[in-house]
Amino acid sequence: MAIVDKLGESLNGSGGGIILTSVDAVVDWSRGHSLWAMPMGTACCAMELIAASFNKFDFDRHGTFPRPDPRHCDVMVVAGTVTRKMAPAIMRLYAQMPDPKWVIAMGNCAVSGGIFYYDSYSVIRGVDEFLPVDVHIAGCPPRPESLQDAVLQLRERITTESIAPGKRHVRELLLPTNGDVSLHENGDRE
Amino acid sequence: MALEVESREEIVDERGNEVSELVINVGPSHPSTHGVCRVITHLDGEIVTKAEPVIGYLHRGIEKMAENRTYLQIVPLTDRLDYVGSMYSNWAYCRAVERLAGIRVPERAEYLRVIVCEMQRIASHMMSLGSAAGDTGAATMFIYAFDERERIVELFEELCGARLTYNYVRPGGVSYDTPEDWFDTLLEFTRKHRTALHEMDRLFFGNVIARGRMKGIGVLSAADAVGWGASGPVARGSGVNWDLRKHDSYSVYPRFDFDVPTGSNGDAYDRARCRLFECFESCRIIEQAVAQIGEGPFKAEGAPRLLKPRPGEAYDHIESARGSLGVYIVSDGSERPYRVKFRSPAFCNLALLPLLAQGHTLSDLVVILGSLDPVFGEVDR
Repeated sequence: MAIVDKLGESLNGSGGGIILTSVDAVVDWSRGHSLWAMPMGTACCAMELIAASFNKFDFDRHGTFPRPDPRHCDVMVVAGTVTRKMAPAIMRLYAQMPDPKWVIAMGNCAVSGGIFYYDSYSVIRGVDEFLPVDVHIAGCPPRPESLQDAVLQLRERITTESIAPGKRHVRELLLPTNGDVSLHENGDRE
Repeated sequence: MALEVESREEIVDERGNEVSELVINVGPSHPSTHGVCRVITHLDGEIVTKAEPVIGYLHRGIEKMAENRTYLQIVPLTDRLDYVGSMYSNWAYCRAVERLAGIRVPERAEYLRVIVCEMQRIASHMMSLGSAAGDTGAATMFIYAFDERERIVELFEELCGARLTYNYVRPGGVSYDTPEDWFDTLLEFTRKHRTALHEMDRLFFGNVIARGRMKGIGVLSAADAVGWGASGPVARGSGVNWDLRKHDSYSVYPRFDFDVPTGSNGDAYDRARCRLFECFESCRIIEQAVAQIGEGPFKAEGAPRLLKPRPGEAYDHIESARGSLGVYIVSDGSERPYRVKFRSPAFCNLALLPLLAQGHTLSDLVVILGSLDPVFGEVDR
């Protein structure tokens, strides 16, 4: 956890309103906390994408706000089946997004083709065949909470990035990632 | 990708002035196309001279996939057709299978199917009204309508565990009986929903901006509605009094007292208002069905898991939120169908877009498309 996540405490301690931190921590903190989403809703999952951003689930509280224009967005949420006819349009929209950019594959269809994996002639088996996917969410469709969890996971992932090319930070992640979940006896994560 | 100029041709009008025709590509990723629709729009100034919808961006080959699956395995595929109203595709398909295999459905299952489908009609119309309102800039209406939809989704989740793809209606009945106190929650919802509908009527349909944006836009005559095969609220908005629940009554619908709301002008406003009034009628049907439903089995006794209907064919249709949804099945006597065909109302209604959009401005194209309420899972299949 970077010092910018505990701004209040840090200011209390230093007295003069000055905190010392690294550039990467500030940049990652600001990037991770306002991930505007490009809602690339192609099929059924788009309904849950809308539900996630509306009043019951309220995406805004995570700093994520759906914008239909790719030029405003940081993260593309591919929600739904990607067909061979639709793929060039998605690739073009991804190219129009400004760097740095991330991709969330929402739902089984975007992850692997899902129910259409075996015997459909027109479905691309997973959006990661042509886009660099950062977070996969399983489900047909996933619940809106899963999508919000994916945004939190992406935020955790962003804290390991550096603005120096090719460099990554080793950080203690709060959310479980692939396989390295370790729990205390009372259930708290290490 | 959203809006881009395709070409600009110099043409000469009838008075000899040089004017240019602008061809603009709307979609396939555009927030107002309600899915992955692309419309190639020819413009003279701001007036649409020609609008061609390009479909197929969500063609997943569901009809072909159905040929490789057993009859029960196809039910989850039908969920993904009309993803705003999954229960309808489930029911239409199951009715065709029951007709083909000669399965009798118990009465409680028929009542449960009517109840979930009327709830689904409210949910689908709320989505349609909300997104159509969102297109005209009324974001408040979208949020209010979506909140009502969310209440229904919660009830469905209690009933069958899924929020969107229910897989609830099965050949021979339904998958689960209702949980305890579910009907009480449902009746409380219909009571509150009526108040919300009145509020939406005042908030949106009484609003001067909404009236200005929707009145007189995309006028469809009754003759054109019948001639182009339109159905559902699109046809009823033009004054065509045609509702399969009433005029080709199926299941237990003859036992209910309800009206079929129709419009008179056939414009975007009448189509949207028809949907609002249908929600009132759906509330009436739900309340009557809950009062009439009796105890009994919710699944046909002894219906086999692996259906092998006799060789032959069957067609059945129901009134979905978008119109007449038909399913045609050909069986060759094996455990897999030889052919499954869906007659999708959204596809037939979308075909009206070139006719309706001509002569209106580009900003009205969005309103017209919203009033046709296409769902592209069902259009492209």
